[in-house]
Amino acid sequence: MSSVSLVPFAACCVLITCGVTLMLERSLVRVLAGVIVLGNGVNLLIVTSGGDAGGPPFVGNSGLADPLPQAMVLTAIVITLGVTAFLLALVHRSWQLTGSDEVQDDTEDRRVRLRSRRGELGDAVRARQDAYRRLVVEQRAELARLEAEQAERERLEEADLERRISRVHDELGQWMRELRYEGLSEEELQTRLEEVGLREDPGALSNAERIEQLREEHRRGRAEQAARERELRRKLKARQREARRQMRTAIREERERQALAQDPELEGDDA
Amino acid sequence: MNGSLASLVCVPVLLPLLAAGVKLAIGGRLRRLQSLISLVTLGISLAVSVVLMVAADTGGPLVTELGGWPSPIGICLVADRLSTLVLVVSSAVTFCVMVYSVVNAYDEQEHDAPMAVFHPAFLVMVAGVADAFLSGDLFNLFVAFELLLSGSYVLLTFGGTESRIRAGATYTLMALASSMLFLIALAITYGATGTLSLAQLAERFATLPEQVKLLVELTLLLAFAIKAAIFPMSAWLPDSYPTAPAPATAVFAGLLTKVGVYAIIRLEALLFPGGPVSTLLMWVALATMLAGVLGAVAQTDMKRMLSFTLVSHIGYMVFGVALSTVAGLAGAVFYVVHHITVQTSLFLVCGMVERRTGTTSVTRLGGLMRASPLLAVLFFVPAMNLSGIPPMSGFLGKLMLVQAGLAKGGWLPVTLVAGGLVTSLLTLYAVAKTWGKAFWRAPRPDRVGQVVESEEHTGEDPTITTTALPAALPLSVAALVALGLSFTVLAGPLGALAHRAAAELMAREPYVTAVLGGRP
Repeated sequence: MSSVSLVPFAACCVLITCGVTLMLERSLVRVLAGVIVLGNGVNLLIVTSGGDAGGPPFVGNSGLADPLPQAMVLTAIVITLGVTAFLLALVHRSWQLTGSDEVQDDTEDRRVRLRSRRGELGDAVRARQDAYRRLVVEQRAELARLEAEQAERERLEEADLERRISRVHDELGQWMRELRYEGLSEEELQTRLEEVGLREDPGALSNAERIEQLREEHRRGRAEQAARERELRRKLKARQREARRQMRTAIREERERQALAQDPELEGDDA
Repeated sequence: MNGSLASLVCVPVLLPLLAAGVKLAIGGRLRRLQSLISLVTLGISLAVSVVLMVAADTGGPLVTELGGWPSPIGICLVADRLSTLVLVVSSAVTFCVMVYSVVNAYDEQEHDAPMAVFHPAFLVMVAGVADAFLSGDLFNLFVAFELLLSGSYVLLTFGGTESRIRAGATYTLMALASSMLFLIALAITYGATGTLSLAQLAERFATLPEQVKLLVELTLLLAFAIKAAIFPMSAWLPDSYPTAPAPATAVFAGLLTKVGVYAIIRLEALLFPGGPVSTLLMWVALATMLAGVLGAVAQTDMKRMLSFTLVSHIGYMVFGVALSTVAGLAGAVFYVVHHITVQTSLFLVCGMVERRTGTTSVTRLGGLMRASPLLAVLFFVPAMNLSGIPPMSGFLGKLMLVQAGLAKGGWLPVTLVAGGLVTSLLTLYAVAKTWGKAFWRAPRPDRVGQVVESEEHTGEDPTITTTALPAALPLSVAALVALGLSFTVLAGPLGALAHRAAAELMAREPYVTAVLGGRP
């Protein structure tokens, strides 16, 4: 029979390709242009399907083109026209309402998506809270350990000090006993004691002063220890605050997203 | 007898179109007359459809040649068992929905868009649906699709609110893409065979090379699959349907996707019997069932949940078609009949819930059963029907499909049967969850915000705003629910009719001879 001529066919292909490409856009005006181009391409295809111009629709009736595709194309053109007019109205209304002609995502789709993201965020927050709790427990344990060490050290120092004091007392007592044994009166004993105190190295301290000094040393040690402890606590507090702040930020962000998900603006307003 | 009845075939198409024209001429005046015209028109359509169904069942397919041209040249309307059966159900459903929308006085609430728009658009859509069912010509089928789509464009964007414009853009473009594909398929078909009459195509496709046949079949299938919302092409449906006004959504959900399914049944049974595509259709059916129902489980909005179950249950019908046995087709036909009724009534109940409470989101609803037990029952019965609780028609339809699948044998049909059972179970889960949350649980005053105030003022249930429903509104839905339940009682005759329709489809001969009249 007849062969298909290539030029109308190629034109159909180009038109349909352009039309489909345009229809994939988000802007409704471009889509509208795509619909028009695509419609023309398809209509041309129908005409082409009727065979060559002047080709016989029925056997032995040459010189008369097939009328059926042309009737069909007329119908198709009218329908495309109507739909195009409707789309144009749609574009205009969309522009009136939103100021743009872009097709938006569905609100409920967005909400479902947000809901799943909210679930993930909830898990993340829970994981963070657990980590924070673990951190606090660890820090408490460390602090308790440090305090126990400190108490042990203090106990040892005090014991040492008391041992030394008692040794000095013992020495003194023994010495006094020896002197009494030698028959010295209390007054002499007293003067001897003072002599000993004086005779002892001027730089050297009396027992009382040594005790005093030791006590002072001990106090200082404790003060230092307390300062160290305070510092440690302060650092610990700072770390805890930091962790809490991070957690709060995360929770706030998550709440904001939740609020976004429950935003009444996002509700499909059909009323 | 059949000769004189044949001229009635065009009534379901022409009468609504005529009424739409008259109503457009009347404009916004004479509301009572307008409602009367709509109801009478749809009532007559229903009566004529019933007459046609009886005539086509007893006396074979009825054919009307439009314009007086003999059949292969001119366009004809054909009423066989399948088309009249779905026509009767669709007429009954549209009649109930029209009653609902008249009572709902939907049109009075919206001042921007008067009644003068809603009813004509609805009638044009009804005419398109009837034309699609009766069409005996591929190009006329295209025109029918455009007719029903142009009606649905107007209904979907009714009132022109922002969300409806957004949904309308998605819907219109998807429909356009499918129409363009359909046109391309028509061009290829005409180029290859020189005709678009279904009866003549049935004969001529047999002589075509396999590759050309496959190309035409796949292109047509793609176009119809978009309309029927079969899985990879189903994403547009749950986005666009829930935003439309309740009566419109109900008809869309009940009828428009079924028109796509009907076209696929015609295509597979009449034009391409026993082709290699049935394996592909099986996989697609499985994917549709599972993807749809999994989407339904995740939803919190009643209308969206129902839209996803709608997609999911299209899979059952495709499964029946893909089996390409009489039993499978009969199951698919029965399922179409059942699903049109059930899905429409569910969406109408959602409309009533929305009218009463102002929302259909189950996170906000609660305790509706206490406020309105009737509404709870009206949702519960079709919901259980949908998920296939025996002895309702959903169970019977699934049973027919399962039996057909097992009778066919092979691992793929059996896999599909298993997939269908899983889908049924998940549907039950999804609707039961929705019903439990919206109707059964105690009201949650912390979730309803401003509505709590009405508790103090009116002493009513806190989730409920004080809009009362007109008494006739639940009545129209109750009629639909009762229709759905009557399929259980009438399962015997209906199943037999579906079987006869399927046998007629598979035989192909009655259709072709009725149209071509024994001409070569």
